[in-house]
Amino acid sequence: MESLSNKKKVLEQKPLSFMERMYLPAIAKGMGITISHLFKKEATVRYPEVEREFSTNFRGMHSLKRDENGKERCTACGLCALSCPAEAITMIAAERKPEEKHLYREEKYAATYEINMLRCIFCGLCEEACPKEAIYLDGPIVPADYLRKDFIYGKDKLVEAPLEMKK
Amino acid sequence: MDSAFVIEKFILVAVIFGISLVIAMYSTYAERKVAAYLQDRLGPDRAGPFGILQPLADGIKMFMKEEIIPTSSNRFLFIAGPGLALLCACIGTAVIPWGSPVLIAGKTIPLQVSDINVGVLYIFGVVSLGVYGVMIGGWASNNKYSLLSAIRAASQNISYEIAMGLSIIALLLMTNTLSLKEIVGQQHGLNWNVWYQPLGFLIFMVCSFAETNRAPFDLPECETELIGGYHTEYSSMKLGFYLFAEYINMFVSSAVMAALYWGGYNYPGMDYVAAHLGPTWAPLIGTAVFFGKIVMFIFFFMWVRWTIPRFRYDQLMNLGWKGLIPLAIANIIITGVVIAIIEKF
Repeated sequence: MESLSNKKKVLEQKPLSFMERMYLPAIAKGMGITISHLFKKEATVRYPEVEREFSTNFRGMHSLKRDENGKERCTACGLCALSCPAEAITMIAAERKPEEKHLYREEKYAATYEINMLRCIFCGLCEEACPKEAIYLDGPIVPADYLRKDFIYGKDKLVEAPLEMKK
Repeated sequence: MDSAFVIEKFILVAVIFGISLVIAMYSTYAERKVAAYLQDRLGPDRAGPFGILQPLADGIKMFMKEEIIPTSSNRFLFIAGPGLALLCACIGTAVIPWGSPVLIAGKTIPLQVSDINVGVLYIFGVVSLGVYGVMIGGWASNNKYSLLSAIRAASQNISYEIAMGLSIIALLLMTNTLSLKEIVGQQHGLNWNVWYQPLGFLIFMVCSFAETNRAPFDLPECETELIGGYHTEYSSMKLGFYLFAEYINMFVSSAVMAALYWGGYNYPGMDYVAAHLGPTWAPLIGTAVFFGKIVMFIFFFMWVRWTIPRFRYDQLMNLGWKGLIPLAIANIIITGVVIAIIEKF
């Protein structure tokens, strides 16, 4: 039947020519290609020692931010936990005491804040949901570990270092 | 036979055995490195600097793994298989001349375990025995895949042995001897056999790829069709023996190719070196050259493995029976005619 679109391509398998049946020219060509790869730069990154450069919008480990006075920004509103599609975030809120004024920016703060890194899908929705600009996924790759419980990161791992320590 | 002779031979055997094991060990490492570099990767680089302790780690891993012998297998043959494979791979080194005789402590020591006058036939015998390890292991496993693989290995080896034997006949027409020592001795300087027998060498090389079950002729162990092939049921160091035997086979056939066709320990300018360095160091340099050639061949084996896809079974048989055997026969006829003409005039 004639093709209307004229796009049909009839492929025919020709019998191999003598040179093709000899295998050797094709093999020599293939060997040339593989040996040329010997002199190309390796694509491998020696990971723990060398880290690949990330793009600017890379989403890595979370960090809980501090404000310009070194006070924790998080107010434990729970919007991040609510927005999290993987339900990786939990927290317990607490009221700030007068003597803790230098630690927390507002009257309410997160007494515990936990992210289960095995559940987290690094979508960045917590970052978008946060009204206080307290959480960002700007860290490195979350390292591997042996036990499941060690993947639940608490405030000790998440909160940014205090200002004076940063300098 | 005096005791000095026995001790000398014993040391030589031990050294050659050690060297072939070390070379086989590092072939596994080299294989992975070559594969990696040909594929723009790095390969193993964690164990020691550049990963040079990788073979050691692999060996420890092999020894530590659980040993499983299937209950339905033939226990004796199951254990004998890998041992036989390794044994047949190792004894091939006995007739290879590793270098011209060395003068050590006022005594001339030939760097060859035994110079039997049918060295070439011995090599062929050992090579054809090699398939028994694979066959026995594959049969004793009592596994369909292993059996299929063993049958493949046997038929492949038989088919390619014929072409290999025929290709070597043309060489023997030229050399008039079966002793490997004399064949190597005739190739003094750059007078290598490969210049006179390029087609013979090509056939011989293709057949050695098939005999060692290396890609593109690794049908006995093609994973896509036969799982692991004849070593599907093997584990622990028995598996290690099979894998190791393949690398020793590769080393031996590289050595045979280098000795028969590429001049063995001969290299251009060897007379100059012999005159200047004396009878102790000059042969050792020849040996080093020989090992250089062997390493080149091993690299070539690997290079081919990571380039050419596996043959289909019918293609393999076609190539062996319809391609290589007629070519080898034609090569014999041409060689014979040329030798007759040269002798006539």
